[in-house]
Parts: sequence; C-alpha cells; structure tokens
Amino acid sequence: MMTTITPEAILMAAEKYYANGAHPLTAMFGRDETATGVGYVIYCYFEYPENKDMDGFKVVFNPNGSLEYDSITHVVPAAAWYEREIKDMFGLVPKGHPDLRPLVLHETYPESFYPLRKNVKVNAKVRGERQFKVRTAKGEGLFEVPVGPIHAGIIEPGHFRFSQAGEAMLQLDAKLFFTHRGIEKAVEGKTPYEALPIVERICGACSIANTWSFCQAAEKIANVKVPRRAEIIRTLLMELERITNHVGDLGNIPAGVGFNPAISLGGRLKEKMLRLCEAVAGNRFLRGVIIPGGVAMDITEALAERIHEVVDDVADGVEDLSIMFAEQENFQNRVQTTGIIRNQTAIDLAMVGVGARASGYAHDSRSDFSYGVYDELNFKPFTKTMGDVAARLLVRIGELSASFEMVDTLLDMLGTCQDAPLTGERNYQEGAAWGISESARGSNFQYLALDKYGLIDRLFVRSASYPNWPALTVAVQGDIIPDFPLINKSFELCYACIDR
Amino acid sequence: MFKVLERIFKDKLATEKISLSGSERYRGPIEGTAKSDVLGHCAKACPVAAFSVNGDEYAIDYKKCLFCGRCVEACAQKALADGTEAGLQHKHEDAMPYLIEAGQEVVADVLKEKLGRSLHVRHLDAGSCNACDFEMGATGNPYYDLSRYGVHFVASPRHADLLMVTGVVTRNLEQALKMSYEAMPEPRLVLACGACAAGGETYGDTYAIVGAADQVVPVDLYVPGCPPRPSAMIVALLAAADMLKDKMK
Repeated sequence: MMTTITPEAILMAAEKYYANGAHPLTAMFGRDETATGVGYVIYCYFEYPENKDMDGFKVVFNPNGSLEYDSITHVVPAAAWYEREIKDMFGLVPKGHPDLRPLVLHETYPESFYPLRKNVKVNAKVRGERQFKVRTAKGEGLFEVPVGPIHAGIIEPGHFRFSQAGEAMLQLDAKLFFTHRGIEKAVEGKTPYEALPIVERICGACSIANTWSFCQAAEKIANVKVPRRAEIIRTLLMELERITNHVGDLGNIPAGVGFNPAISLGGRLKEKMLRLCEAVAGNRFLRGVIIPGGVAMDITEALAERIHEVVDDVADGVEDLSIMFAEQENFQNRVQTTGIIRNQTAIDLAMVGVGARASGYAHDSRSDFSYGVYDELNFKPFTKTMGDVAARLLVRIGELSASFEMVDTLLDMLGTCQDAPLTGERNYQEGAAWGISESARGSNFQYLALDKYGLIDRLFVRSASYPNWPALTVAVQGDIIPDFPLINKSFELCYACIDR
Repeated sequence: MFKVLERIFKDKLATEKISLSGSERYRGPIEGTAKSDVLGHCAKACPVAAFSVNGDEYAIDYKKCLFCGRCVEACAQKALADGTEAGLQHKHEDAMPYLIEAGQEVVADVLKEKLGRSLHVRHLDAGSCNACDFEMGATGNPYYDLSRYGVHFVASPRHADLLMVTGVVTRNLEQALKMSYEAMPEPRLVLACGACAAGGETYGDTYAIVGAADQVVPVDLYVPGCPPRPSAMIVALLAAADMLKDKMK
C-alpha cells in the first residue's frame, strides 16, 4: 500500500525507499485529485524485485497552499526528468533541482500552463511563449554542432546539441518531446476499451508491451482472471515483438558503420518477422490482439506451425549475423569500447532493458515481476559487463536465443492448453493499479486510475526509453562525433513513447 | 569474412514484384452490406469517427481509418445477437492512396512497374508513433528495394521533390514542418502517410495536437493505413513521381 506523506517529508521518504539504489525508482508522476478533495498528488513507485512487487509513497499538496517541495534528484538521480515533467504538467516545483528547464512543453506554450490539471480542457489551444535554452560548453577552441529535430535519415525527431573539442564530444544536450501528443490527457474520460486504440499507438515498435501493461492495470482494477491460454498467447506475442525489434536492431546497428551485408541480412530477417506478425494479428505491428481481459484472436494450429517455421529460419539468420559480426575485425574495432556506460551509472539512472543489462545490471521485468507465464519459463536475464556498443549487441544476440527457445516452449504450452473463451469477464470499478511488461527496449510501466463510472481518470505511461535517454548523453562523452549514430543505434531509444 | 561471402552467395534474390494483397487476417478496406441499424452500431464503434451511415449506405473515410476492425467486429456481434449473417468484412489488401490530381489512372500505370522515374523524398516525422517510419525504412529492405524505381530518400528538404509526412502534427513540430516545406524547391509535392498525417483523428483533439498534415501545408497525396504497409507506400510514391513529371511539363 502506498504511504501518504506531506511535501516536507519527501526527502526522508525517498531515502528510505530508495535504500541507496537497492530499490530503483520505477516512476514518479503527478495526479490531480482535487475533484475528490485530496489535492495535487505526486506518486513515487520503487521496485522491490525480492517481493516481485512495487512499493512507494504519495505526496499530497493542498492546491491552495505551497506547491513547492524539496527535489529528490540529488538522492535519487533517476528522478531528474520526472520532476521536470511534473512541473510542466502540474506546476509542482522541485526546489533545488539542478536543471529546471521545461521538458515536455516547448516554446509555443505559455508559462504556467499545466495541461494535466483537471481545470484545463483536453483541447485547450493556449498559445504563449516560454524559454527553452539548450545547454552548451564554453571555452577556447570549442564549437557547437546542432542536429535535428529533423534528421538526415528516416528517424524520429529530436534536437541534439554537441559541444565539440575537435572530433571529441565534450557534452551532448538533447531537446526531446517533439512528438508530444497529449496522449495521457486524450484518454481521460474514456473506458479502457475505448482508450485501447490510442494506447496501442503510443509507440509503433512496442504495441504489445504498451497494451499489455495497460491491460494488466485495467484487469487488476476490474478483478479479471485472464484465461490461461490468453496469458500464453500474450507471452508469445511479447517474445515475437522482442524478436522483431532485436533482429531489426542487429540490422540497424551495422548501418551506423556502413556494414552493408549485415544491414541487408538484418533487413530480410526483420521483414520475415513483420510478415509473420501480420499473419498472426492482421497488422504488422501486432495491433488489435491484446484487449482488456485477454486476447481478441487465437493462435490456430496452422499459425503455430508458421511461427515455428519462420522463427527457426530467423534463428539461423541471427546465428550467421553473429558470426559475421565476430569475424569482421574492423567492425569490432568500431563497436568495442565505444559509448561506455559504467555499472554504477546504470544503477544511478535506474536504467532498464538492454542498456542496463549490457552494463552488468540485471534488470528485467520478466524475472523481477510475475506476469504472463514467464514464471514457468525458467528465465534468467542475460547480462554483459563492458557497457559498450559491442556489449549491447551481444546482449541482444543472447536474448534472441533465449526468446527463440521460449517461443518453442510457449507453442508447446499452447498445444496442451485449449482454454475457451479467450477473455475474462470485466467489471470496472473505481480504483487504481499499475501494470508492467518487458518490451524489447526494457521495462514498460503504466499507472491507471478509474473513476466511479469506470472511466479513465489518470493514465501515466513510462516506457523503457524514458530512464535510458539520459544515459545516452553520458555514454557519448569523450567519443568522437562519427561514433554518435552507432552509439545512438545501440541504445535504440524511442522518441514516440517518451514524448507521448 | 567467409560467413559474409557464404551468406551473400546463399541468399537468393529477395526482391519481389509489388503486391497489394496481405495475409488472411490482414485488415484492409471494408466491403459488404448491412442494414441501417447494424451500421449504426458500426459507426458507434469507430474510435476516430471515420464510419458514416446514410440509411443502408455507409462510407468510410480511409484517411482517418485506423483499420482496427472495430466496425467489422460490431457488425459481427450484432449479427450474432440477431441470428443473422455478418454483413461487413475486411478485404485483405492495401487501401489505395488518395490523389488530389491525376486520379486513379496513375495508380493503374504504376502497378505495371513502369521504370524511368525519379523522385527524391524527404521524410518528416511530425508527431508519429514511429510505426509509419519503420515501414518507410522497410521500403528499402531487399524485399521491396524502393531504389530500383528511382526513388531515394534524401537528407535535406532542399534536395527533395516530395515531403513525406508521418504522424499527426504536434505543437512542438509545427514550425519544423512549415520550415521544411518552405525550404523545398518548386515543383514540390507533399504526401501525408498514414492515418495520423492523412486524417489527424488518431488521438482525438488535444492541447498538443495541431491536426492532420493538410492543416499546415498543402497535401497532394494521402496514403491510408495504420501504418500503411510498404507496398502501399511504394504505390503512392510511384504515383507521386508521375504527378511530378506532369508538373514539370
């Protein structure tokens, strides 16, 4: 249960729950509960993998009193972005925060416009001005390289400002949240089922992870028992999504150095997976399968066979790719010792996913929490310790072989479990819950609160890229600027799901 | 080194003729008929208000359509309740692009795989979920090999004939879209790719959204889909190349 505290007690509470990094900060977000007489609230969730659970506290602010609190960023470094976002969205100000620039709302929004407060209409088109200063390093001989928001390739928008000492990157400041669509506000007042098409479209590459976390939360509130066959199908879909993304990355990382045979093979393998996804879901991004309560489509025997076939073929390709990487000395020269994240940095920033595991930080929701049928799959996180581009590549290859095995096991499990129907009864009531799932990029957390009519009062989405983005700016320091695309691709951070 | 060579020789040519047909479950345009009361249920189920009904007739705005299948599902549920046959179903193929000029004849020509075009494309993500962008990237993979048609993605709007916009235009990107369009040389075309850029209804109307691409810049072609498959994008790009040729005359 979440403990309720006053704003004065936040630092002490943060220290206690964080326990010097033993319990990483999963998420920190605001909620406007003035309608029920509570006030503005900040929720802090910490992970307790030893209990396969979360715990934390909520800080209640009187809307007519002071809206300031002591920043916890110097105790919990991972809180830096969350505190900035809460300030943008709710106007709660963290005193002593090292960087109080806006995060989500750019120059065309007026100061003191707090879109997630309930007194702001969803389609409020308020125009104004605010400052958004990009940070640069100053000194003799230093120069700046501005890149984006529109990039040279087919990539999502973000602005990068490199401060250069010759070829070496001294500092990188990233201005993000260009694709901020106001999704968390857009779903308010909808039923979970009505909101689902939007949640599925937070991010293209992680539609299963996003819908699964969302549905878990909705199902906890509605007390649904998800049928076992549906749980197996969900787990299977999650692994197919992981394979698709990881294989895509294996073809994309070599693009950072122009290693063409690998790009071509990776592209072939990803296309095979996308076509498989279309056969399974009717959509190449697996949209439309997971619904609150279960799944909307079954995996028929013919489909199961097709999955077997394609995944085996892709597994062969991945093996060849990994040999190609290992054999190619000039490729190894580029990826080894490039873009290093130290283990302590990963822990401090509460990193997740491939980024964390390549730095020896064994963070993986599939083993840290209990959901789907992962408990039965005897799964162990795959880690490397070097923390460089090569390590992130190897972690993906290691995880792929685990996923290939899992797919086989899951298909066997499907054969012996003929549950019908594929969805449980839903009975929405007032309440709040969280859901978590491990996307290809890392853990994907969502918090959902429903009002007494069963309509969404608050949805908070913290995708895997959110804690990992700040790490990218650390990883590039000291490397040369031509390595940036390579380092960037090795993290494969998503813009759409952090921007929302 | 040996593995690279082995794989290059082992892998056969993957490049295919562009086909618009999808898998058995692929949710393409809607076909079939249903009674007006059933159609009412379908329209109500649509999350983006793309389904409109007039008596026993219905129309779908494929610019907005997410191809989520909720109308077909609603129709099937109503039929189940009434004990009748479900009237609506999906075609398992890509929805065709909407062209502002030149019409469908161009598309018919395109499918004959006419060579000798050239088109330089600048991609602009105006607020997408990245699915369209991934599919755009896939047009270059060995199966589709977009460059065989003379279509290339370029690094700057100054080198581009066509601006390919994905995503609903956000407040934070409105200026970038305008500036990119203004930086392009004449004649220029704009293609709105996918339900967000073409219809703008995917997430509803929020404080952070400006709307569909044509709210900000003039749009010449629309590609339906959420996301459109690479095949649909290629057909649209080739149609655009022909439109550009007309503009150059």
